[in-house]
Amino acid sequence: MNRRKEKLIKWLFTVTAFASLAFLVGIVLVLFKEALPIFKTVSPKAFLLGQSWYPTAEPPEFGILPLIAASLWVTAGALVICVPLGVGSALYLHELAGDKQRAVLKPVIEILASVPSIIYGFFGMVVMAPFLQEALDLPIGLTAFTTSVILGVMATPTVASIAEDALSYVPRSFREASFAVGADRWQTLTKVIIPAAGSGISTAVILGMSRAIGETMTVLMVAGGSAIIPESMFDPVRPMTAAIAAEMGEAPVGSDHYHALFAIALILFLITFVFNVAAELISRRYRLKLGLSR
Amino acid sequence: MHDLNVDYERQMNAEGFHPSLVKGPVGINTNSLGESDTFGLEPKITARGVNFYYGSKRALNNINISFAQRRVTAIIGPSGCGKSTFIRLLNRMHELVPGARLEGEILLDGLDIVSPACDAAELRKRVGMVFQKPNPFPKTVFENIAYGLEVNGETDKRVIEEKVVDSLKKAALWGEIKDRLRDSALGLSGGQQQRLCIARCLAVSPEVLLFDEPCASLDPISTGKIEELILELKKDYTIIIVTHNMQQAARVSDRTAFFLMGDLIEEGRTDNIFKAPRDRRTEDYITGRFG
Repeated sequence: MNRRKEKLIKWLFTVTAFASLAFLVGIVLVLFKEALPIFKTVSPKAFLLGQSWYPTAEPPEFGILPLIAASLWVTAGALVICVPLGVGSALYLHELAGDKQRAVLKPVIEILASVPSIIYGFFGMVVMAPFLQEALDLPIGLTAFTTSVILGVMATPTVASIAEDALSYVPRSFREASFAVGADRWQTLTKVIIPAAGSGISTAVILGMSRAIGETMTVLMVAGGSAIIPESMFDPVRPMTAAIAAEMGEAPVGSDHYHALFAIALILFLITFVFNVAAELISRRYRLKLGLSR
Repeated sequence: MHDLNVDYERQMNAEGFHPSLVKGPVGINTNSLGESDTFGLEPKITARGVNFYYGSKRALNNINISFAQRRVTAIIGPSGCGKSTFIRLLNRMHELVPGARLEGEILLDGLDIVSPACDAAELRKRVGMVFQKPNPFPKTVFENIAYGLEVNGETDKRVIEEKVVDSLKKAALWGEIKDRLRDSALGLSGGQQQRLCIARCLAVSPEVLLFDEPCASLDPISTGKIEELILELKKDYTIIIVTHNMQQAARVSDRTAFFLMGDLIEEGRTDNIFKAPRDRRTEDYITGRFG
């Protein structure tokens, strides 16, 4: 009886553990199956590098370069904001904040991460966009810049939290060794702790990037939606996620437009996949470097 | 007791000291001031009336002790007796722990190192420390040793190179790793890493070396090498070593101090402490009745 119970439990946990793998494989299969037919209509090169996205025109044009460019622009802009903010808060938390401050700040940062993205989008639309439009005298407030700011704030907690973990993995003995030869706090931080945590911090940045590029609701609300290659930070843009979310409802199932949207999703998936694998590899190397994983 | 005194005097003479130069009555380990006698030499470090607290918890009670120039003093005692806590005061490493508080004075060449006027970084250059677990940086062998020079403002590459080689030689590591200077220090064996840490200390030309159980994580052969090195280094440096291992204390030290529950119970010449401890608690500890 006991043995059967044990077997059952073991089996149950195995199933749950492998469920994620099954989901992933399922998603990838569906993505490929639904995305590949578009390449009967458009060549992969024309799809990736084509400069016009007019999926409903006659004849339709399926060049997604404006969408990719928009995604990269807003992600790069978000990085400019979330890296200094996130790494800065991590350094503060790790180096300067006392126990009491940390006990307050860390949960606050994590709450920032749990705010639903629609609230960020709402905030961007109602507060940020009109403000920027006014302040910078723009024809429209919903721009790549606005999106970058909001995405940057959204990705900050991810970067801060993972970078803080990376810093706290640096063994205390490194700090002691550094102080023991007469280094001061700043030298210890810049020459020992940050280099030792370096790849952990890069992981944090990559995951922040991943978060920004995959974000949908916010960009749909604040990016402005225009599918042209942006010439400046203050143009309205249509990132990949926004295009999928906005158009999926109108694209007839099985149409070229429908398959094209899946192909965008596939590309997006591949980009984030590469980011995450890179982050994983770097953080593994980092743990090895510190002699943490055996 | 009489025999021991004779023995003691003979040794003192053998070391080149006339008994009359020795402060305090011969054969008694501590003089009337409660300070250790230091082979007739000016003490390198003197602690007077040192109390130490972690928050509200008192970790050391009224410690009075002196450390002689170019001698090895071993600090022994059971876990939690305050021996590591004590030597960390000597280069103010205790300041890295929040809530630590120190009372009393600690003099290095007569200068109070506890006073705020004394710069901790300057002090730590003069009083180096080797830790329980080898803690090389995740950098190359060369960078590990050059680090102390660089943070202290040395920019001349040739000086740095010379000092690195010199320190490795002094730490008896040069022969083994002279071809591996550009390899990661983490690839060295534990014993080599510990000697690298010693070399890292030596590079900034300290006067005092503190060893906090330096062999706790090493095998007997590596331990032997470190002990040999300590005996060699004592020609140039004042050495204080915390150890759990009483044989080690007997092998490497000239003087031994026994700590128990935050008190300095007894301090004196190592052979006296081991052959004829004055305090019952010291005797119980060294004969293995507890600890």
